[in-house]
Amino acid sequence: MYDVLIIGAGVTGCAVARWLARYDVRVCVLDREEDVCCGTSKANSAIAHAGFDARHGTKMAQFNVRGSEMMESVAKELDFSYNRCGSLVVCLSEDDLDRLEALYENGVKNGVKGLEIIDRARLRELEPNVSDDAVAALWAPTGAILCPFEMTLAFAENAAENGTEFFFDTEVRSIAREQDGWRVETNNGTFYARALVNAAGVYADVIHNAVCETKIHITPRRGDYVLLDHAAQGFVRHTVFQLPGKLGKGVLVSPTVHGNVIVGPTAIDVEDREGTNTTAEGIATLMQKALLSVKNLPLRQTITSFAGLRAHEDGSEFLIGESAPDFFDCAGIESPGLSSAPAIGEYLSERIASRYGYGARKEYRATRRGILDPKTLSKEEWNALIEKEPAYGQIICRCESVTEGEIIDAIRRPLGAKSLDGVKRRTRAGMGRCQAGFCSPRVMEILARERNVPLESITKNGKGSELIVGTTKDAYAEANDEA
Amino acid sequence: METVQLICIGCPMGCPMTVTLENGVVTSVTGNTCKRGDIYARKEVTAPTRIVTSTVRVTGSQTGAVTVPCKTKTDLPKGDIFRCMRALTGVTAKAPVHIGDVLAANIAGTGVDIVATKDVL
Amino acid sequence: MKHDLIILGGGPAGLAAAIAAYDAGLKDILIVERDKELGGILNQCIHNGFGLHTFSEELTGPEYAARFIEGVKAREIPYLLNTMALHVSRDKMVTLINRTDGIQTVEAKAIIFAMGCRERSRGALNIPGYRPAGIYSAGTAQRLVNIEGFLPGREVVILGSGDIGLIMARRLTLEGAKVKVVAELMPYSGGLKRNIVQCLDDYGIPLKLSHTVVDIRGKKRVEGVTIAAVDANNRPIPGTEEDYTCDTLLLSCGLIPENELSREMGVAINPVTNGPTVNESLETSIPGVFAAGNVLHVHDLVDFVSEEAAAAGRAAAAYVRQGDAKRHEIPVRFEGGVRYTVPSTIDPSFVQDAVTVRFRVGSVMKNRIVSVWMDGERAQKKRRQIMAPGEMEEIKLTRAQFDAHPALSELLIRIEEA
Repeated sequence: MYDVLIIGAGVTGCAVARWLARYDVRVCVLDREEDVCCGTSKANSAIAHAGFDARHGTKMAQFNVRGSEMMESVAKELDFSYNRCGSLVVCLSEDDLDRLEALYENGVKNGVKGLEIIDRARLRELEPNVSDDAVAALWAPTGAILCPFEMTLAFAENAAENGTEFFFDTEVRSIAREQDGWRVETNNGTFYARALVNAAGVYADVIHNAVCETKIHITPRRGDYVLLDHAAQGFVRHTVFQLPGKLGKGVLVSPTVHGNVIVGPTAIDVEDREGTNTTAEGIATLMQKALLSVKNLPLRQTITSFAGLRAHEDGSEFLIGESAPDFFDCAGIESPGLSSAPAIGEYLSERIASRYGYGARKEYRATRRGILDPKTLSKEEWNALIEKEPAYGQIICRCESVTEGEIIDAIRRPLGAKSLDGVKRRTRAGMGRCQAGFCSPRVMEILARERNVPLESITKNGKGSELIVGTTKDAYAEANDEA
Repeated sequence: METVQLICIGCPMGCPMTVTLENGVVTSVTGNTCKRGDIYARKEVTAPTRIVTSTVRVTGSQTGAVTVPCKTKTDLPKGDIFRCMRALTGVTAKAPVHIGDVLAANIAGTGVDIVATKDVL
Repeated sequence: MKHDLIILGGGPAGLAAAIAAYDAGLKDILIVERDKELGGILNQCIHNGFGLHTFSEELTGPEYAARFIEGVKAREIPYLLNTMALHVSRDKMVTLINRTDGIQTVEAKAIIFAMGCRERSRGALNIPGYRPAGIYSAGTAQRLVNIEGFLPGREVVILGSGDIGLIMARRLTLEGAKVKVVAELMPYSGGLKRNIVQCLDDYGIPLKLSHTVVDIRGKKRVEGVTIAAVDANNRPIPGTEEDYTCDTLLLSCGLIPENELSREMGVAINPVTNGPTVNESLETSIPGVFAAGNVLHVHDLVDFVSEEAAAAGRAAAAYVRQGDAKRHEIPVRFEGGVRYTVPSTIDPSFVQDAVTVRFRVGSVMKNRIVSVWMDGERAQKKRRQIMAPGEMEEIKLTRAQFDAHPALSELLIRIEEA
């Protein structure tokens, strides 16, 4: 019997787990995928929004601003990449200036600090490659970029270190009310818990509707992105948004914490809750729009395109709180969900603790160390590390200079990587310009060795995504014997 | 009389050639631009052969190699290629192996040996 | 640590450069190789067809490599395996990393870039659809099949008819997979004719020119792809879509010289080749830094890589002997469908017997003359029945031709109607 069972190991579920771990509670997190951060949390703009955009008075606004305030210290505590580079909302037409003003007003009311409307000249100083059409911009110095994989992993690992149990490849089949809590049936056994937290992303309506009288409806809203090579680094220095205006809602162009440039997203409502396929039109629209705000953006340096789904609730608002007795929703967590995650974790864990009277956990560890990136060390320190652990002298991913030592760490640490994508999200191996062409056979070998499993069982991202079908000779003999 | 259409592989021209045969004997080659086309066409329609390259399993390698690349020592009749491939599934070499070592003699009864194309220690 | 010459890359280019530099009298050489053995990509190219020009016999990739590896070993030229160059500074300090020596900075008098190239990825091609397992670049699949001994999938569609794609169509077929189709965006194949016949036609694998992949299905593993015809602007034509069921998509859509180290060092890059711009000595914009092989421009035949790299090796040896020299560069201009030339400048005083100028054309051209004009005078002409973008062209400019134009200021290579 768990005190709290969290459905969904995305950034919200892991944030709730991390902040709940401060209390003396027994918590488990279930996810249908093989790892944390496999849904909405893995494919988004990688931004900590300043909080000027969400309408004043909404939960979105409240959690965003609080999340943005918390983020820097949380990133330090949990050791994930975060950079307060500031953001700009670019106004491309004199006609839209009143809208820019309104956005500023909204941001001030939300309590966002440092907001300023800046003129053409100042804008160009801040962002030399901004479009010649830009007439003014909203400058938000508290806007930031972060690594969503690292952040979700940091929450999860820290929760795990404090005793939270994670169950992957575990999909909820049904939820039933018991006398003192809930019975949750899954493909991986039955779980009992006093309270449930619904952080199921694009499936949050399914979970909610299975329990609550008042029904909700979530639309998966697809966002296509393209990512540019390190060679484009510095082309923009801040997150450059477009002011929603005559030309519709624009796209952003932003640096990433790892030195790439990200462009996106589109907003296309789809039916399939796993419909993360990109389309030619989506990518084309994206590229066209990006050029409206950033001139000569080197889109030829695209190294990958991808799509993610936002969990858009009909009311366009976060649904956070006790929707039914002992059932806590974190539903409709679309943008600014990533930015809000720490605030949601903080708020909901406090609600749950006070509701059930949980006290503080003894020996709570608030900090966590991320995977050591030897590139951040001095030459002497790196050499000392190699002497101790020679694997830190073996480069596996050439494009991102990832060593075998980092990959081994990613596999061996709590909630360690099991698949190529798991290694990629933790270490960036395979995330560079060659897109794993060179390192994937090597990472497969390391995974097989470290996990002591046959290479045939190594997957890209969980069961069904096996990378090879067997050895050539066995496969040949097999196929021809069958025939 | 029988005609066969071929594309010459001699150069990027890729001349489309027509070969005429009478009772299995080439009577004419047309469409080629140079002599190389003629030679290729005559061989290709009467006795097409290929060098087959593949790998076989290797055990006992110091360097951790699991396969050793190999080839047929001489051309193999085109029609024997898949019989050769099937037979290779049953071949395992033992390291050390050196370039030119025979890994399987008279593969699948074709009269052609399989030789190693790489040193595997 | 210090060396006269550091060669980055122990593949065909690096090996040939090392041997030639040594034979030209330079003994203090270090080859740096990132893989666990010398030979580079040749180790996974187990098919035959290498070495016709160099050795007048048809060798497999490993056999071709072995001849050069033996040459390096016979000369006792030192090399480091499993070693990456992390950084090369403008003053030729090379930072290396490996397990045993850690990070070390090595000083060189001359450097030869011989890092080869990488494959264009799915992301760079912007192919829409899902991102499941089972999408491989042809070279990655080649490594899996030929070195690791694994079969990546059973039903395969290949995009791109470059030579590696064609070779892999045959390899996978021989190893028991079913290759359903090879689609090529261009109206012509980028591969050698011989490979189309012996890798596709031999096994009844269809080649669809002017076609591309417009969708990839399958959320976990590839379940199928959609192929469509493209118009003259390479845009898919609606209504021509065809679905193929497959578990694997192989991409053979072009190679990109690996010039991250060169760029970082500040070497000027030719936007057409994505390789350094070089002079007749294959020397980059930084004196004493040379480039050869696929890092310079992508080749079709390894024989020419070896030949080019040997020239770079000799030039590097001369540089170490003589040091920086005053140069008078003449740009190699080109017209009539030439896309680029290597070298892009020539100082005639540095030409020994001859200099080979390699180039590619931008489209298939039949019945042409390649002319070399020196100061407005035709110095030589060469008749070509056919030229294609997939086959590198070369022309040799001799010492005698330069001697005949002692005050040369304009050098033009032009393709003319015959």
